[in-house]
Amino acid sequence: MATLEIRDLRVTVEADNATKEILKGVDLTVKQGETHAIMGPNGSGKSTLAYSLAGHPKYTITGGTVTLDGEDVLEMSVDERARAGLFLAMQYPVEVPGVSVSNFLRTSATAIRGEAPKLRTWVKEVKEAMERLNMDPSFAERNVNEGFSGGEKKRHEILQLELLKPKIAILDETDSGLDVDALRVVSEGVNRVRETGEVGTLLITHYTRILRYIKPDHVHVFAAGRIAESGGPELADKLEAEGYEAYTKGGASA
Amino acid sequence: MAEAQNIPVGSTTAGSIAVAAESTVVSRMSAPPSFDVADFPVPHGREEEWRFTPLERLRGLHDGTAVATEGLKVDVQAPEGVTVATVGRDDVRLGKAGTPVDRVAAQAYSAFEKAGVITVPKETVLTEPIRVAVHGEGGTAFAHQVIELGAFAEAVVVIDHTGDAVLAANVDYILGDGAKLTVVSVQDWDDKAVHVAQHNALIGRDASFKSVVVTFGGDVVRLHPRVTYAGTGGEAELFGLYFTDAGQHQEHRLLVTHNTPHCKSNVVYKGALQGDDAHAVWIGDVLIEAKAEGTDTYEMNRNLVLTDGARVDSVPNLEIETGEIVGAGHASATGRFDDEQLFYLMARGIPEHEARRLVVRGFFAELVQQIGIEDIEERLIARIEEELEASVA
Ligand SMILES: Nc1ncnc2c1ncn2[C@@H]1O[C@H](COP(=O)(O)OP(=O)(O)OP(=O)(O)O)[C@@H](O)[C@H]1O
Ligand SMILES: [Mg+2]
Repeated sequence: MATLEIRDLRVTVEADNATKEILKGVDLTVKQGETHAIMGPNGSGKSTLAYSLAGHPKYTITGGTVTLDGEDVLEMSVDERARAGLFLAMQYPVEVPGVSVSNFLRTSATAIRGEAPKLRTWVKEVKEAMERLNMDPSFAERNVNEGFSGGEKKRHEILQLELLKPKIAILDETDSGLDVDALRVVSEGVNRVRETGEVGTLLITHYTRILRYIKPDHVHVFAAGRIAESGGPELADKLEAEGYEAYTKGGASA
Repeated sequence: MAEAQNIPVGSTTAGSIAVAAESTVVSRMSAPPSFDVADFPVPHGREEEWRFTPLERLRGLHDGTAVATEGLKVDVQAPEGVTVATVGRDDVRLGKAGTPVDRVAAQAYSAFEKAGVITVPKETVLTEPIRVAVHGEGGTAFAHQVIELGAFAEAVVVIDHTGDAVLAANVDYILGDGAKLTVVSVQDWDDKAVHVAQHNALIGRDASFKSVVVTFGGDVVRLHPRVTYAGTGGEAELFGLYFTDAGQHQEHRLLVTHNTPHCKSNVVYKGALQGDDAHAVWIGDVLIEAKAEGTDTYEMNRNLVLTDGARVDSVPNLEIETGEIVGAGHASATGRFDDEQLFYLMARGIPEHEARRLVVRGFFAELVQQIGIEDIEERLIARIEEELEASVA
């Protein structure tokens, strides 16, 4: 069973000629089949955690370990992490001009699966996955994320999640910027992947709204660069009622 | 009308749109156009038209010390119905499309012995391209080539430059009324070649001209494509693609003169640069004269800087002497290879070199698609891949 283990992860960024510590010792274990929600106020370091796990070059790891099934993730390049089974649905997916969605998906699936998918089954697979996410077939011919609305970008991220079938999926604010219909469609996509039981999900969110559609097993409050409190789904209800104030005011306590 | 310009280190982008009573495109030049090399002083390098060019690498083309030698082969393959002739200096068709505007072009005109003239008779519609293979075997040459299409003729011409040469040339494109000419000029020279040329297109009434300039090779390549219109309703599409490697100087200087009402022009040049001292220069001048009402023009230059140490100078310049136009605009942008794009692709398992290839292909894709000749498109994509392979390896 795939397990992602994060131990005492410390991360800095360079900003304005100064080194700033953003993650101050994050501990978390995500197992295949589990869903963890990470909730926290703006600027608490949620995206930093997600990007650091994916290997974004802007973030410097200064301490701690991350392993996937015992393998050292921090030693891997960005593409190796993806091929090892990590997937990051991004908060702000990037436009790639001149690269069509269909070319991108196929290149990606080829890399992840280690061989080019058979063309006939592949076309069908993509078409059906797009239909399930209410994506117009014309998206396949558009350039990656170019001119996509916020909601379309998020559907496109979940489309990739469904096609690439990672061991661990990190979803960074997949819910933000979505209207209620889009939220439902996207959540159904995530749930289809979860229901296979083969993915561990790290659902990063600011709002409790998405947790009505995607039921987490564990909820973690993220504040000031670390996990301030962990609990079951009931913790989300508490946050819903009380907000993050308790965690941002007096400093975090685990 | 001018778009935002993002400028990384090692590049300049200076754009202007001037509404003027009189053009500065002409007055900026150090001498008026002339067929006689003696009318141009030897450039010292600070002149507007020479300031980006490494004169010391021109192998004497600019100062009269270059001497013609054997060692440049021109092979023309033309389908039936096309006349291919070699003519003397006194042929009336020479120099009809334009006059040399700088010393090297005038040197070429003053020094060539025989000129090539390719004629597609009126109403002849070719289904196969005319292929001109220019191959250098180390020689120095001064050349003149005319490609003339009669009224309503249609042709595609592919001019290939390969090998090693020092070449100064003028190329004239004369389009009769309603004619359609596509010219693909590929500069795929070896590393040492020096190629300086002026291209003059004279576009007949309702005629359309598409130029595709592709520069990969050479030590110095400096091309000067120019367009004027002989009647109303003419259209010019000037596409360019360059891939400037370490040490190469590739300069494309364009001038479209809207001297006739109701004509169109569309200029799109895109370049990628990689390696130390790769230098690309793009000058895009568009002049809309007072009488050219109903003009519709747009020019764009984009550069993708793949590595440190490369330099781009991009100068779009639009001069408008009449307000009675359909549209006029320009854009120039030079960007670094976008690490966020790279990250996104790699985060989907795509290895770095493949991700880079996707992005660069993507950068050129839209332009390549506009060429509209399949085997050329495929060849260009293959050639871009080769350039990238060489850099990634
Ligand atoms: N590349 C960077 N350069 C400078 N500062 C950064 C960088 N990335 C993150 N930060 C800073 O680190 C802190 C955490 O940012 P991060 O994006 O991880 O927060 P977040 O919890 O995802 O917030 P949000 O809810 O707004 O998405 C912020 O103060 C942010 O400004
Ligand atoms: Mg965030």
